[in-house]
Amino acid sequence: MNKEMSLKSVVAELRDGMTIGVGGWGPRRKPMALIREIMRSDLKDLTIVAFGGPEVGMLAAAGKLASAKYGFVSLDFIPIEPYFRKMRQDGTLKVQELDEGLLYLGLRAAGNNTPFAPTRVGPGSAVMKMNPELKTIRSPYGDQEELLAMPAIHLDAALIHVSRADRTGNTLTFGPDPFFDEFFARAAKKVYVTTEELVDSVASENPEDMKANLFEPYLVTGVVDAPLGAHPTTSHYSYGWDASHLKEYAASAKEDNGWQTFFDKYIADGEESYRDAVGGDDHIRALPIPTI
Amino acid sequence: MAPAKDFTLSELVIAAASEAWRDDNELLVTGIGPVPRIAAGLAKLTYHPGLQMTDGEAWLTEDPVPVGPRGDYKARYSGWMPYRRVFESVWSGRRHAMVTPVQIDRWGQGNISMLGDNLEKPKVQMLGVRGFPGNSVCHKNSMFLPSHTKRTFVEGEVDVVASLGFKKDTWPANAPEDFVEIGLMVTNLCVFDFNGPDHAAQVLSLHPGVTFDEVQDNTGFELLKAEGMNETPAPTQEQLDIIKRLDPTDVRAKVLKDNPPGIRAA
Repeated sequence: MNKEMSLKSVVAELRDGMTIGVGGWGPRRKPMALIREIMRSDLKDLTIVAFGGPEVGMLAAAGKLASAKYGFVSLDFIPIEPYFRKMRQDGTLKVQELDEGLLYLGLRAAGNNTPFAPTRVGPGSAVMKMNPELKTIRSPYGDQEELLAMPAIHLDAALIHVSRADRTGNTLTFGPDPFFDEFFARAAKKVYVTTEELVDSVASENPEDMKANLFEPYLVTGVVDAPLGAHPTTSHYSYGWDASHLKEYAASAKEDNGWQTFFDKYIADGEESYRDAVGGDDHIRALPIPTI
Repeated sequence: MAPAKDFTLSELVIAAASEAWRDDNELLVTGIGPVPRIAAGLAKLTYHPGLQMTDGEAWLTEDPVPVGPRGDYKARYSGWMPYRRVFESVWSGRRHAMVTPVQIDRWGQGNISMLGDNLEKPKVQMLGVRGFPGNSVCHKNSMFLPSHTKRTFVEGEVDVVASLGFKKDTWPANAPEDFVEIGLMVTNLCVFDFNGPDHAAQVLSLHPGVTFDEVQDNTGFELLKAEGMNETPAPTQEQLDIIKRLDPTDVRAKVLKDNPPGIRAA
C-alpha cells in the first residue's frame, strides 16, 4: 500500500467549504508547504481549525477562509498574528474563538464519536457569546451542576507535519511537545501528512523510538515528501522558525498591497522557488531553534 | 534576614509576588511573563520546594530556569509537561498561574482577548481568550499588573470576559462555592486581593511612598483597606541574590516604566 502523494494531489482532494484542521502550535510544526499549495489553488470558503500560527493569517489574507476556529493565533515572538489582527480589526475575518482546552475537548469528542464533551470550561465567559451555538447540560447526578456540552469538532481533513514517515503511513514526530496532532488526526475523515524525511521504513530495533509515533497509520490517507516544508515555522529538531522572514511577513500587513507583494515574492511560483527566495535550503537548515 | 537597602521597584514587586503560593499544596506553577516567572522561581527556592514549573517549553525543571538569554546556563530536566498534560493539570485544579490581563474589573474578571464591544470587529485585537476561561474556573490565579491605572482596572465591566471573577450571577447553575479563586493582585503601586466582604477588592499593602488615595485614584472601582494594611516589605538580600540568579541579564529592569527605585525619592 503506497500512500505517497504530492502537494498538488493532496490539494486536488480538498473541496470548497471543507473544515480543515491543522496540527502544530503557533509558529511550530505547521505543514506550511501544503498551506502554500492551498494558497496557489482555487479552493475557497474553508473553515480552518487550529492552535493557530502563520497558516491562519496567510490563508485568511489569501482569501481562502470562510471562518477560523482557534484557541489562539500567534507567532509567539510576535504575540498576535499580523493578518489575523488586521482582518479582525477590519471586520473581514469571521471567527469562532474558543478556550484552548475547549478546542482539544471538541477534537477529542469527534475522535471518540460522542456528540459533545462535558466540561466546566466556558459558561460565564465570552466564549459563549463568541460561539452562540454552544449549549449547556445539567449533570444527571445529584450535584445537578450545569456544564458546557462542548460539541465535537469534525474535520473533513487534517494536515499535519511530521519528522519522518514511510509510504504505509507510519509517522514519527520529534520535538519536546506532540501538541494535539493526534486529536486532529482522530477528528478527521482524511489525514494528510507532510514529512521532513520520507524513508522506506520507519522500523527500528529500539522500541523507545516509537514513542514518537503519535497516531496509527490506519488514520493516514496520504504522505507527502516535503523536506523543510514547515518553514517559516519550527520543525524540531531540524530547524527553528525564521524570525526575520516572519518579521517581513508581519511588516507587510501594514503596507498597501502588502499581502500581494509578499505572496508574489515568495509563494506564487511554487515550492522550489519558495525555498530559494527565502534564502536556500542551507539557510533554512541552519535556523536555530528558539528558546523561550 | 534584614531587608536590603538598595533595590528597584521591580525587585520589590517580584518579592511581593513570590508570596502568592505561600499557602498552596504541591502543584504546577505557571508564571506568564518575566515578573511572574522570577517570582515563582523565588518562591520555590526560598520557601516552597514543592512548586513545580517548566522551562517555558515542555520540560519540568527542579532548578527554575533563568529568564532571558540563557548564556552558559544548562537546564537539567526532571519531567515532561507537554500542553496536553498542562490541560490535565489545569482541569484537575492542581495549578496556580500568575497572569497579566489587559483589563480587570471590580469582580476580578480579566480580559486579554480584544478591546471594543463589537465581537465581529474589535477596536484592538489582542491575544484571544487563550486558556483564560478554563484557568479561571479550574484553579487559582494570581495576577501581576505593571501599570496600575483606570485603563487596567476599569470602571464597569471588562470588554470581554476571558477569565471569570466573582460576578456570581454569570456562573453556571450549581457551580461550587470555590468555582473561581483569585489569589494575590500585585501591581506597581500595591498588593491587593478580592477577599473583602462579598469579594470586594481590598488593599493588603502599599509600596513604599504610595498612599491609599493614589491607588484609589488610579482604580476604576472602589477599594477597601484590609485589616492590618501595611507597607509592602522590602526584599531581603537573600531574595535579591536569588532574583539576580533567576534574571542574570536584568530583564526585570524593563518591566516597569522608567525602572524606578524601590523606595520613592522624597
